[in-house]
Amino acid sequence: MQTQATYDYQVVRQFAIMTVVWGIVGMLVGVIIAAQLVWPDLNVHEYLHFGRLRPLHTNAVIFAFGGCALMATSFYVVQRTCHTSLFLPKLASFVFWGWQLVIVLAAITLPLGYTSGKEYAELEWPIDILIAVVWVAYAVVFFGTIGKRKTSHIYVANWFYGGFILAVALLHIVNSAEIPFSLMKSYSAYAGVQDAMIQWWYGHNAVGFFLTAGFLGMMYYFVPKQAGRPVYSYRLSVVHFWALIFTYMWAGPHHLHYTALPDWAQSIGMVFSLILLAPSWGGMINGIMTMSGAWDKLRTDPILKFLITSLSFYGMSTFEGPMMSIKTVNALSHYTDWTIGHVHSGALGWVGMVSIGSIYYLLPRLYGKTEMYSVRLITLHFWVATIGIVLYIASMWIAGVMQGLMWRDVNVDGTLKWAFIESVKATYPYWAIRLLGGLLYLSGMFIMFYNMVRTIAGQKAVDAPVLAPAAAH
Amino acid sequence: MDIDSVRSLVTVLGMTCFLAIVFWAYSRSAKKGFEEAAMLPFHEDDEVDSQSASRSHTQG
Repeated sequence: MQTQATYDYQVVRQFAIMTVVWGIVGMLVGVIIAAQLVWPDLNVHEYLHFGRLRPLHTNAVIFAFGGCALMATSFYVVQRTCHTSLFLPKLASFVFWGWQLVIVLAAITLPLGYTSGKEYAELEWPIDILIAVVWVAYAVVFFGTIGKRKTSHIYVANWFYGGFILAVALLHIVNSAEIPFSLMKSYSAYAGVQDAMIQWWYGHNAVGFFLTAGFLGMMYYFVPKQAGRPVYSYRLSVVHFWALIFTYMWAGPHHLHYTALPDWAQSIGMVFSLILLAPSWGGMINGIMTMSGAWDKLRTDPILKFLITSLSFYGMSTFEGPMMSIKTVNALSHYTDWTIGHVHSGALGWVGMVSIGSIYYLLPRLYGKTEMYSVRLITLHFWVATIGIVLYIASMWIAGVMQGLMWRDVNVDGTLKWAFIESVKATYPYWAIRLLGGLLYLSGMFIMFYNMVRTIAGQKAVDAPVLAPAAAH
Repeated sequence: MDIDSVRSLVTVLGMTCFLAIVFWAYSRSAKKGFEEAAMLPFHEDDEVDSQSASRSHTQG
């Protein structure tokens, strides 16, 4: 039954460790810019200015932390559920080193001020080309592994990972079309409102496919594994997948409400954002209901706490998002800190927690152990992170609604009641609470780093043997 | 056919395609395959949690 061959875990180990490292770096930059809002004097140098560090923060947490977590788990899940080792493992190694190079280049060029000015796609054209090359290599390894699978079925997690890989390739290549002007300066190939629409078609689908579909792939493997039971409804997971694929691509215009974008396009964006509530909640319910009959495990197992809480935040933010896409609600929420709160409920709550839970599952298994060095430290990490998220999003909700109300408040004669700076002053206390929330979340990552080092220290890297698929089918 | 008719057609085809997928996913013929696929993460006896997995395997 058992063959001599082993799974290729080397690249999984590398990505898993770098997930924690880049998580600390990206969140540290987040804490720094949060502190700069409370104490503007911290903008000490142009390289360390808020405007330069903010894209570094978003790129680091999304593409370095999130990207490494997605690549680690996708390479692990695709091998184990296809009962085969990686296709072209040397190319997988290139994906690792290429991706790290992209991250380092981002960390250098963004503070230096090189930017194409497109949110979540700031990197300049030579780095864009490198990203495209690495991404195509990633796709070749992933789909090649599916191609040489020993099972007849492709497990649903791989569908989500595959959808994420294809969609991100499409989004990146279309949105990054640009005319180079010099080595580090380019102009978008599109103009005016078309450029804005393509940017937010990209931007929202980065949320939909990078930050949602990919992490749902994680959810569909690690929640059933950690709960010790198969997913609640497999057919619901199939409908969940296709509903997301058919719907997400249309939701981008809600980022451009009340702009030069034609009104009908804004309305389509709003309607499809509202429709998105259905597949999002279907997926969340499917994940959470996988626990049915095993709820007691949630009391003692901090990894399950991370995974199930992440699904709760997924449900919260995918309810909040459609609401905010309604034009009249958006008139209040847009450009305020409410948006920041919404994004972080998804990023810290959903993406962060599902990644952290999955990496805690993964790490000991990559080093021949059964569990992390300290399970109590995972529990501690869970509570520190949860309190951090609650402080963060609650303060940003209050700040955002307050800003929105102040900005629209008019006197009897129709003049604005508040100068902009007065809303800034009123927001200070909430920015301080947000900083505290971010600090807590970051300290959780340090706890994780310590736990990881103690788990790995003195252990040999272990590649599990490739198992023949069960004879069941 | 003008471009707007093509656009309408693509939208209708997309919707039809999605409804067909939903219909197929809930059809009886897909059930057995889904049950097998759902067990894919658990066909691994080298895992520490194989005990609990094999328990749910017998259920499936």
